[in-house]
Amino acid sequence: MKYILSVLVCFLLINNLKAQDRYLTKQGTISFFSHSPVEDIEAVNNQVLSIVDIETGDVAISVLMKSFMFEKSLMQEHFNENYMESDKFPKAKFKGEIIDFENLENKNKVSIQGDLTIHGITKKVKVEAGIEIDKDSVVLKGVFTVLVADYEIKIPSVVKNNIAKTIEITFSLNHKKIK
Amino acid sequence: MKNILIIALLFSFNSLFSQDDLMDVLDNETPKHKEFVSSTFKGTRILNGHSIENRKKGTLEFLISHRFGRINQGIDELFGLDQSNIRFAFEYGVSDRLMLGLGRSSFKKTYDGFFKYQLVRQTRGVKAFPLSISLFGSAVYKTLKDYDPENKPDFNRKLAYTSQVLIASKINNSVSIQITPTYIHNNSVRTNQDPHDIFAVGLGNRIKLSNRVTLNTEYFYTANPLKSIKAKDALAIGVDIETGGHVFQLILSNSITMIERDFITETTNDFFEGGIHFGFNISRAFQTGGKKKKKDF
Repeated sequence: MKYILSVLVCFLLINNLKAQDRYLTKQGTISFFSHSPVEDIEAVNNQVLSIVDIETGDVAISVLMKSFMFEKSLMQEHFNENYMESDKFPKAKFKGEIIDFENLENKNKVSIQGDLTIHGITKKVKVEAGIEIDKDSVVLKGVFTVLVADYEIKIPSVVKNNIAKTIEITFSLNHKKIK
Repeated sequence: MKNILIIALLFSFNSLFSQDDLMDVLDNETPKHKEFVSSTFKGTRILNGHSIENRKKGTLEFLISHRFGRINQGIDELFGLDQSNIRFAFEYGVSDRLMLGLGRSSFKKTYDGFFKYQLVRQTRGVKAFPLSISLFGSAVYKTLKDYDPENKPDFNRKLAYTSQVLIASKINNSVSIQITPTYIHNNSVRTNQDPHDIFAVGLGNRIKLSNRVTLNTEYFYTANPLKSIKAKDALAIGVDIETGGHVFQLILSNSITMIERDFITETTNDFFEGGIHFGFNISRAFQTGGKKKKKDF
């Protein structure tokens, strides 16, 4: 009996240890930028959810599409209504891991690889990111690009000169230790 | 001892669960707040009448509307295209809830001014509410000199007012409906048998054909129509085509005017006998001031 109990207690302890390796943010920032000869389009989302497990190097990010703020309110409406179909696909998600996480010492650049889901379409991506690990925070920052066509986002021919084919995505995620 | 064991067991289950996906952790952390329903209709008009949609703060919309003559006038009038009534207007979002507009129609040289105020917004999620409700009011001033010069009416007599409650619901992603109780007051009428106060109710809907094209219909039932001109109920059917900053509406309607008071009370054509006016609304939106941009990195 005592043996079983101690095993269970061990489980409990492991559980506690695991939880302490996780870092979370609810106010991460992701913005995107589309440059075209006709106009520049930019939107910012300051409510990005992101979690990092520094034991395994796993990363998960969840982005609510309707939280992207645009300069022009009509653009925001069209973004959700016509392009991203946010009622159908409310979130963009990323699930992946930091490559070569074990040998991270003194590195400030890492590669993150995983599955990026936008508009219901999942693609493998590999992203370079700056990393700063602290006692109670993990900061990930970087810039990467995605092809609009990869995610089956339809752009009508009338506005095809207004929207870039490649969108630049900037992220800044300041995770805090889960207590 | 047994109790301790059970508690320990529960905790160990917990430890199994906590090894779940990181994504599940995020899903649990997603704040559950109510979400306002947007894009019930594409434009600020269903076809002739106002829809529940407002332009957001700082958006200035230039709206050009045309209604041609009756289709059943035949080839001599090129099926009505030889004649046209044009209204152009500036419509501005003072806040996300309040919109003001000023317009001028060539038909009877009429000026109109309106406000539209969003009272209730339809919400989904926590504390969902199925309806959007707006108040609409407009004043119309007719400047056509169609009176006896000896007997010039004063300013007040040329005014008329419309009050509407717009009640709309976006039932799902493709179907939206609106019901529009309407009260119209004319300061002056043609003959004594015509009512000064007219009550009507509008029914409108839209069905999405694709992300950028919708099919709309709109009908106004008038409880006590004008008798001197044998007024009929207004009926319109049309499509919205949206491209970037434009909404383009193609309309078939038995009314030639685009102002509430006129098309609700002074429509005289019979839609089903070919008394149909082809027309369109084009809008172009400009963003002025009120930038939402935030940059903090």
